[in-house]
Amino acid sequence: MNKVTQPTLTIDGKTVAIEGERNLLELVRKANIDLPTFCYHSELSVYGACRLCLVQIEGRGIQGACSTPPEPGLKIQTTTPQIREIRKIAVELLLANHDQSCPTCARSANCQLQSLAQRLGIKKVRFKSVYQPVPLDESSPSLVRDPNKCVLCGDCVRTCTEIQGIGAIDFTHRGHEVTVQPAFGKNLGDVECVNCGQCASVCPTGALTIKSEVDQVWNLLADPAKTVVVQIAPAVRVGLGECFGLKPGEITTGRIVAALKQLGFNQIYDTSFAADLTVIEEGSEFLERKSQGGTLPMFTSCCPGWVKYAEQYFPELLPNLSTCRSPQAMFGSLVKSMLPDQLKVERKNLKVVAIMPCTAKKFEAQRPELGIDSDPDVDYVLTTQELAQMIQSAGIMFDTLQPESFDMPFGFYTGAGVIFGNSGGVMEAVLRYAAEKATGKKLEQVEFQQVRGDSGLREATVMVNGAELKLAIVHGLRNARVVAEEVRAGKSRYDLIEVMACPGGCVGGAGQPVSTSRDARALRTKGLYHADKMLQLHKSQDNVFITECYAKFLGDIGGEKAHHLLHTTYQSRRRIMEDPLPLMQSQAADKLKVSVCLGTNCFLKGSQDVLNGILRHAEQNGLEGRLDVRAGFCFEKCETGPTVMIGGQHIPHCTAHKAIEELNSRIDGDNPSPQADTGPGSTDAR
Amino acid sequence: MASMPNVVDRTENVEIQKFEKVCCILNRFGRRPSGLIPILQAIQHEYQYLPEEVLTYVATSLDVPPARVFGVATFYAHFALEPKGKHVIRVCDGTACHVKQSLPILEALHKTLGTSEKNKTTPDMMFTVETVACLGACGLAPVVVIDEQVHGQVTPQGAVGLINDIRAMEALQKTAVATPAEQPATEESHV
Repeated sequence: MNKVTQPTLTIDGKTVAIEGERNLLELVRKANIDLPTFCYHSELSVYGACRLCLVQIEGRGIQGACSTPPEPGLKIQTTTPQIREIRKIAVELLLANHDQSCPTCARSANCQLQSLAQRLGIKKVRFKSVYQPVPLDESSPSLVRDPNKCVLCGDCVRTCTEIQGIGAIDFTHRGHEVTVQPAFGKNLGDVECVNCGQCASVCPTGALTIKSEVDQVWNLLADPAKTVVVQIAPAVRVGLGECFGLKPGEITTGRIVAALKQLGFNQIYDTSFAADLTVIEEGSEFLERKSQGGTLPMFTSCCPGWVKYAEQYFPELLPNLSTCRSPQAMFGSLVKSMLPDQLKVERKNLKVVAIMPCTAKKFEAQRPELGIDSDPDVDYVLTTQELAQMIQSAGIMFDTLQPESFDMPFGFYTGAGVIFGNSGGVMEAVLRYAAEKATGKKLEQVEFQQVRGDSGLREATVMVNGAELKLAIVHGLRNARVVAEEVRAGKSRYDLIEVMACPGGCVGGAGQPVSTSRDARALRTKGLYHADKMLQLHKSQDNVFITECYAKFLGDIGGEKAHHLLHTTYQSRRRIMEDPLPLMQSQAADKLKVSVCLGTNCFLKGSQDVLNGILRHAEQNGLEGRLDVRAGFCFEKCETGPTVMIGGQHIPHCTAHKAIEELNSRIDGDNPSPQADTGPGSTDAR
Repeated sequence: MASMPNVVDRTENVEIQKFEKVCCILNRFGRRPSGLIPILQAIQHEYQYLPEEVLTYVATSLDVPPARVFGVATFYAHFALEPKGKHVIRVCDGTACHVKQSLPILEALHKTLGTSEKNKTTPDMMFTVETVACLGACGLAPVVVIDEQVHGQVTPQGAVGLINDIRAMEALQKTAVATPAEQPATEESHV
């Protein structure tokens, strides 16, 4: 390793320099040979399961390129008759166990299994089909899990664990029975999945796909009684083109508007308008918290994947989340309260469709708090992919469309709203507002380069009005967890933290086109910053229609009406739905029901000792026949844990002593204690 | 709670003791995710199987996703996610035992216990009949393991005899327990 000369090795007779590549696969691809893989993703750990990237190494035989580190002097062949045959057999075996309903598969156009079968020249599967259909999991509002199409590459499992730090799905069972599924064979909609959809975006086949709402939207457009309003999110404009042969990052805003008009949408608006509104509300909220000693650090709340994650894993930090609704939700709420008057339509006939780069937005739209009664503020959410499908279905030649412009007023936006789609964009947009607001002076230099970048966890310090603001920008929920744990431990040094669940932010959302290009995400990011540059206005506070909106409709920034329409509340949320664990069962008619929470939060606060205290007390005082004691996993009251419910009454911050007092007061009335009370002193379990 | 065995009727606090044992087991392994497999083994020893609620609790306390715990539990044939009977009978059906007529033993056991390939456990939760691929005791083929006891060169009649021995022992224990107990058992004093 001490050699000064550049180490090299030989790939198919060509000399290739080793320049810090982690494995042979990276080197082979650097040498412009596209070795096939299912299970290799540069951002994930090496798994080495698909056996497609095999290479012949002189003196060592056939090895997986992804799991072999480069060594100087190796002589590698990437295609030999033997390797070709092994690859063919591997793909044939997968096909023998695969639901081959390819023409009707959502991934028909970009399935890697299909393209590999083509590339390897597989004309016929020589093995007998052993495919046994199993039911689809359609429980999630965002995703469909089809185990019949799974090739067990594990990309989804590693993405969920390594990028998002969740692990909602994993390999289960063994041998030919192996399945990727949520815990205990439950449905995706019943577990801790946050609907980010990154699993679907790395899935090489149709085993995990976006739940389509295209049919519902077609029906809406065909209904003359309905006025259909559509909003498009910032990141869609730099992604959609990829479905029509354009380069990633190419800005197609005008053509999208034209296509939406042609599809029959009545009003075409931009979510960037609502993003501008979010900046004003969120920026003011932040400045207020900062100046009046409110809860800090403040987390952004635009990303629905992050919000659900926080509700599940960090319920005690919910007061740290900005109360602002996401731009999608603000848009829906504002449009459904303003437009019925302006357009003279009833609310029930005004339908809002959102076009998003995101699968979790489908879940967000279904949140009961984001609507009035059972009428949601946003009726349907289509991903970029679904919009492309509608355009293709209608036969619209997207690349030849003449650009058109958005309708007013909700189609007017500044560059601050557009960069929302990038990781760091929300932060930058808020800074552009907060800096000007705090100083009262016009901000000349609007670009905050220090918050931009690609790293999953970035820090920045910005001076605003002589005060230092410490900022963190995070993408990938695993990184969010690191930051949130610091906040929970009281060790966080930040003032404002931006979190986006998807790598790179919304531009890397799972609703974006499945990319064949490795640098698509970086190009989309560049595209959005470019879009900001091309606009005349870069600060949300300069959006005249926002100013007008406050003056004529919303009233004060952060005022009562704004709060009602643009802010929301969060709820602590359990991760997995399951039955409580019965520990002491009673057949008595007048049994007293006792439930103790053993979820993470309450557990950490000592609920196990409380439970043991209750059980000991019951045993020592002969209450076994009277009590029905169960251990639950989250009653969604984490802030006031340990949580104990006795006879339907919630006891916050419960201790063994408190619980026993309550038990005694409930039971004493009709059944005097058989022994002298041993008191809570006997309750310690450890 | 449909999936729990009906063994709780005499002492109501069996479940509590078991739960406390789970806590002890977790503490013994320092609540470290690396101890997951020995933790599951110890829990299965306690419960005879791995109840879903307990697995969720284990996942929570180890800070491991429940799906990962479920994945490990379903990977190893040793772990059971369904309750097993008090006595577990393992019939070896590895090559040597198979050749030495292990299947007639299995059939005889199923017949006397009323179990089957699908329903491996008797309704009274007393017996579970399983097959294993090889116990490494091929010299004794055919082999049957009952609880931890290895029986070699077993015949179908011999296997049924072993079951009858257990039944007799169980009946004896039941009457022995019922007499000095603080309360007579209600419906189960005699079988």
